[in-house]
Amino acid sequence: MYTEDDLLMLSALQHLLFCPRQCALIHLEQAWTENRFTAEGRVLHERVHTAATDSRCTVRVEYDMPLRSLRLGLSGRADIVEMHQQEDSSWLPFPVEYKRGRPKKDDTDRVQLCAQALCLEEMLDCTVPEGALYYGQKNRRTPVQFDDRLRRVTEEAAGRLHELLSGTVTPAPEYSRRCESCSFIDTCLPRTAGKKNQVRNYMTRMTQS
Amino acid sequence: MKKHLNTLFVTTQGAYLAKEGETVAVRIEGKVRLRLPVHTLDGIVCFGNVGCSPFLLGFCGERNLTVSFLTEYGRFLARVQGPVSGNVILRREQYRRADDLDFSARMARAFINGKVANCRALLNRTVRDHGDRLDSEAVGDAANHLTGLLKSLGRGRPLEEVRGTEGDGAHVYFSVFDHLIIRNKEDFFFHRRSRRPPLDRVNCLLSFLYTLVMHDVRSALECTGLDPAVGFLHRDRPGRSGLALDMMEEFRPLADRLTLSLINRGQLQAKDFVVSEGGGVRMKDKARKTLLTAYQERKQDVLLHPFLEEKMPLGLFFHTQALLLARFLRGDLDGYPPMIWR
Ligand code: SF4
Repeated sequence: MYTEDDLLMLSALQHLLFCPRQCALIHLEQAWTENRFTAEGRVLHERVHTAATDSRCTVRVEYDMPLRSLRLGLSGRADIVEMHQQEDSSWLPFPVEYKRGRPKKDDTDRVQLCAQALCLEEMLDCTVPEGALYYGQKNRRTPVQFDDRLRRVTEEAAGRLHELLSGTVTPAPEYSRRCESCSFIDTCLPRTAGKKNQVRNYMTRMTQS
Repeated sequence: MKKHLNTLFVTTQGAYLAKEGETVAVRIEGKVRLRLPVHTLDGIVCFGNVGCSPFLLGFCGERNLTVSFLTEYGRFLARVQGPVSGNVILRREQYRRADDLDFSARMARAFINGKVANCRALLNRTVRDHGDRLDSEAVGDAANHLTGLLKSLGRGRPLEEVRGTEGDGAHVYFSVFDHLIIRNKEDFFFHRRSRRPPLDRVNCLLSFLYTLVMHDVRSALECTGLDPAVGFLHRDRPGRSGLALDMMEEFRPLADRLTLSLINRGQLQAKDFVVSEGGGVRMKDKARKTLLTAYQERKQDVLLHPFLEEKMPLGLFFHTQALLLARFLRGDLDGYPPMIWR
């Protein structure tokens, strides 16, 4: 169990899964790229509109709902949690995340959603079997089952996140194709950082001739 | 990293700056004379009697834009800045390393290597371009002397010796600086550095340009989350920006080169300056504008960054160097690579 002081941002999970160095750049070095957060704020707005049209009478929609889990040591907000009324008239939470672009092959988005579900379970003392991702580019919902595998992956990612962010070391970069789509490429210097003797050779070249 | 690198310099006395939507509006005598979108700026510098609405100041702080206030003649007075970038781990590392004298000497060697190499490049280049119009032998000798100093700046030299080399380098370089002036020699000459006050027109230009470069280096360090006050070569002294002065070293020859080109292209004349009773020299308004414009334009020039081997506007080099320094302190690089031109 974590205490409230230890809680990390739920959204950091997606950074960790994308690239641990990116996660450390954002959360340890606090080197965010400009306008990143303003851009995210805008997306929230679009999202709210899309969901509002979906609400039916057996569904209540909560926007921007604060979440936390002491077990995972995470806190954050869910942009949309739909409360679906069951036959016994109890309400079952159903988290929905809006994502720009198209569905990803990896678990990144599913893990973030699953972490929201785990928070909801802990806070409302219930079981959340399912949620959905809404992809802007495909303009449709992809259902996500919170099965044992996804829960394990999520818990394990939360553990790694705590490990990374309790230290002070930013992991070395590993240059790969995803770097080209990473907004931190200019601050990270994935092609240069971590190479041996790079500066020493440069200095010799520039001054000793 | 920042992509847009425009600094808004306001020199019109009595001008007033206010926020209008997402823009900065510059009012002169009640009329809006200029509107600039905030996202295209990385700083605002006000000279002399220039007003600024508190609301605009707050907005700039939020957008990570620093607003500086200088006297009409470029002496720094105050700056308004948003929340310090929260990079506490980096700062702690910087402080720890600055306490280590061996490490400080290593950093100092890097900065001085950069400076001396860039001074040498400036000398060589002037000989190449104008060899027939100046004493190319004297200038060439000085360049060779600097090459010798670079060789002596090897590893393991303690801080005091690095300082000594820096002093020798500056002496050699400035002793031939007058040769690099090839136009209007009776009005523009250089004997030695004088700063408080500058005693000739060339010193006046140098001092003013160094202030501008200093301002940019400082902002770049702050944006990266480094503390501009805690230096390696320039040790702590209250009120002094040690690290900014350290990083200035490699950029000084840039200001020198701009000074020379303003004179050698005839963009400035003797009549653009005022000499006061005690011999101190000041620029007139028009000269200051010419110089600020030239500096701005120079910062837009796209050059190849020698270490990253990427093209970028010169103005971005300040940020890049601050970033490289941070990356070195965080352990991602095997040293700090100063910016060295060929
Ligand atoms: S540029 Fe590459 S290595 Fe660096 S943070 Fe982004 S994805 Fe990670």
